[in-house]
Amino acid sequence: MARASSNRRKTVVTVLAWAIGLLIFFPILWTVLTSFKTEAEAVASPPSFINFHWTLENYAEVQSRSDYFRHFLNSVVISLGSTVLGLIIAIPAAWSMAFVPAKRTKDILMWMLSTKMLPPVGVLIPIYLIFRDIGLLDSLLGLIIVLMLINLPIIIWMLFTYFREIPGEILEAARMDGAGLKAELLYVLTPMAVPGIASTLLLNIILAWNEAFWTLNLTAAKAAPLTAFIASYSSPEGLFYAKLSAASTMAIAPILILGWFSQKQLVRGLTFGAVK
Amino acid sequence: MNYRAWLCGAVSACALGFAAHAETITIATVNNGDMIRMQKLTDDFTKDHPDIQLEWVTLEENVLRQRVTTDIATKGGQYDVMTIGNYEVPIWGKQGWLMALDDLPAGYDRADLLPAIAGGLSVEGKLYAVPFYGESAMLMYRTDLAEKAGIKMSDQPTWTDIKAAAKAMTDKDNEVYGICLRGKAGWGENMAFLTAMSNSYGARWFDMDWKPQFDSPEWKATLTDYLDMMKTYGPPGASSNGFNENLALFQQGKCGMWIDATVAASFVTNAKDSTVADSVGFAQFPNKDGVDNHGNWLWSWNLAIPASTKKADAAKAFVAWATSRHYTELVAASEGWAASPPGTRTSLYENPEYQKAAPFAKMTLDAINSVDTKKPSVQEVPYTGGQFVSIPEFQGIGTAVGQLFSAALAGNMSADQALQAAQALTSREMTKAGYIK
Repeated sequence: MARASSNRRKTVVTVLAWAIGLLIFFPILWTVLTSFKTEAEAVASPPSFINFHWTLENYAEVQSRSDYFRHFLNSVVISLGSTVLGLIIAIPAAWSMAFVPAKRTKDILMWMLSTKMLPPVGVLIPIYLIFRDIGLLDSLLGLIIVLMLINLPIIIWMLFTYFREIPGEILEAARMDGAGLKAELLYVLTPMAVPGIASTLLLNIILAWNEAFWTLNLTAAKAAPLTAFIASYSSPEGLFYAKLSAASTMAIAPILILGWFSQKQLVRGLTFGAVK
Repeated sequence: MNYRAWLCGAVSACALGFAAHAETITIATVNNGDMIRMQKLTDDFTKDHPDIQLEWVTLEENVLRQRVTTDIATKGGQYDVMTIGNYEVPIWGKQGWLMALDDLPAGYDRADLLPAIAGGLSVEGKLYAVPFYGESAMLMYRTDLAEKAGIKMSDQPTWTDIKAAAKAMTDKDNEVYGICLRGKAGWGENMAFLTAMSNSYGARWFDMDWKPQFDSPEWKATLTDYLDMMKTYGPPGASSNGFNENLALFQQGKCGMWIDATVAASFVTNAKDSTVADSVGFAQFPNKDGVDNHGNWLWSWNLAIPASTKKADAAKAFVAWATSRHYTELVAASEGWAASPPGTRTSLYENPEYQKAAPFAKMTLDAINSVDTKKPSVQEVPYTGGQFVSIPEFQGIGTAVGQLFSAALAGNMSADQALQAAQALTSREMTKAGYIK
C-alpha cells in the first residue's frame, strides 16, 4: 500500500517536472521551429506547429548577410577570457575569505554582492569615457575586463561557498608538511575544489555569453559578439521574425550544447551547500 | 619554383601595402529592408573607391539610437557614418555634433531632394544629413471589403468617413476588424500616430509659452475618437500593437483599414507575404471636418557624419553615393524599380517606370508633399516636427504620455484621466527642463 502510494507520488512528480521543463523549453523550441518557416508563416494566425513549408532560406540569408563565425569567435574569446581572468583573481580572494576571515569579511562579501544591484546603465557614460580615453572601445580586451568585473562577485561568492566546505585541517596539514601559499593554493586547494571551480567556470561562461548590455554598448564592428549579431535582425518596421529566429538559433546553439553536456556539473554547482 | 615563391611574396607584399593604405569607415545603420539592400550593393561603391573599405554595424532602431547617441555625445568616434532620423538631425546639428554637408560632389543634384525632406534635415539653411529614404503616413484599406460594404473611399477622407467605413467593414465573427492603429506605448509608436492624429484634429502639444495643451478640446476629441474607434472596431489586445503587429494583421486580411507609415505600402502589396496584396487601396491621412491638416507625419532615415570623424572625405564619398540618383538606378537594375528607396528624390516620382512598378507612388508623394514640419498644427506652435516635437526632452515625455494613452486603450483608465495625467506630467517635465518659467 505504502509502495503504491510512493509510486503514485513519484509519477505525479515526474509528470509535473516534465510539464514544467517543457514549458520552460517551449520558447526555445518555438524559436527553432520559426527559424524554418517563411516570414509569412512566422506571423500566421493561427500558427502552425510543424505542419508548414520547412525551409532553410532564413539560415542562408543570415549567413550571407552577416559574418556569423567572426561574431561566434568574439563570443568565445570574451566569455572564456573574462571567466578565466575572473577565476585567477577570485580563487585567492575566496581562499582568503574562507580560510583567513577578517572582522569585516562578511561585510565585504555583502558589499561585493550589492554592486550587482546597480543598474548597468548608471555607469555607462563614465565607463564609455574611460574606454574612449584608453582606447578600449570596440576591443575584445575591453569587454573581457568589463565582463570579468561584472561577474567577479558571483565567481567569488560561488568559490567562497565551495571553499568553506573544505576542512581547514587539510590545508593546515599541507602547511605542516612545508607547503607555501602558492603550493597550498595550486596543489592542495584547487584540486580539491575542481568540481566547484568547474561549475563556476561553466556558469560564468553562460553569463558572459548572454550578456547583452555592455557587449552591445561598447562594441562597433570589430569586437561585436553574438548578442550584436542577434540585435541586427530585430526591426520595429518590417516583419523579419523568421530571420531573427534563425539568427537566435545560431547564437544560442553553442551555449545550449555546452549546457546540455555539462548540466550535471552545473546543477551540482548551483545546489552545492543549499541543503544542510 | 623559387621564382614563383618570390612572385607570390611580392604580390602579397603589394596587397598588404595596399590594404595598409586603404581607409576603413564604420557605418552604423538601422536594420530595415532598404538598408540591408544597400549593404549588398556596396561593391559598386568600393569598385570606384578601392581605397575605402566599409565596416557595418547593423542594429535594431532603438538599440542603434542608444548607441549612436552615446557615441556622438561623448565624442567616442566609433562611427564615421551614422543612420539617424529627422528627429535627431536638427537637434544634433544645432549642438555642432554633425558635419555640414554643403560640399557634396557637383553631380549630387541636391535640388532633386524632396523639399519637405531636405527642409527637415537643415538647420539655418545648412544640410546636416542626407536622406536615404523618407516616409509620411497614409490610409491603407481593403478595396474588396469597401466594395462589399458599399463604400467609395475618397482620396482625402475625413475622420467621419473613417469611422463610418470602420463600422461597415467590421465583421468580428470572421475576425475582420474595421480599423487597426498603433496602441503600443512609445514616442515612436502610439505617440507618432496620436501626435499626427491630433495635428489633423487641430490640436498641438504646446502653446507659444511651452505650456502643454492636453487640457484642450482638440486633444480631448482626438483621444476620445481614437479610443472609441479602437474599442468598437479595433482588434483585441490593440494596446500591444505597433507597426509590425498591425502589418501582420493587415497582411492576414484581419484589418479593413490601417493608417500608418507609407513604407508599409510596399509590404502589404507584396504578394509573397501578404494575402491581400491585390486588394489594397490608398488614401491620404484623414483630417477632421473643417481642419486643413493631414497629420504632418514625416520621417526619414538619413546618413550623417559625426563632426569628430577623422575620415571625413571617405565618409562624404560614401553618403553621396548611397543617397545619389545613381544608387536609385542601381537598385532598380538589380531588384526592380519598386525596391528603390522611396521618399527622397523628385526624379524617382517623375520616372514612369517607378510609377508603373509602385501603385502607391503618387499617394506617397502627395502625403510627403503635404507635410510642413515647421507648421505641424493649424494653431501656432513654438516647435518643429510632425509626429514628434523636435526637442531633446520629447523621447522621455512622449514615451511617458504614450504609456498613459496605451493604458486608456487597455481600459485601465478613462480618456479624461489619461489626458489629465499627461497634462500634469508634461507640465512638470517642461518646468524642470526650463521651458516653462
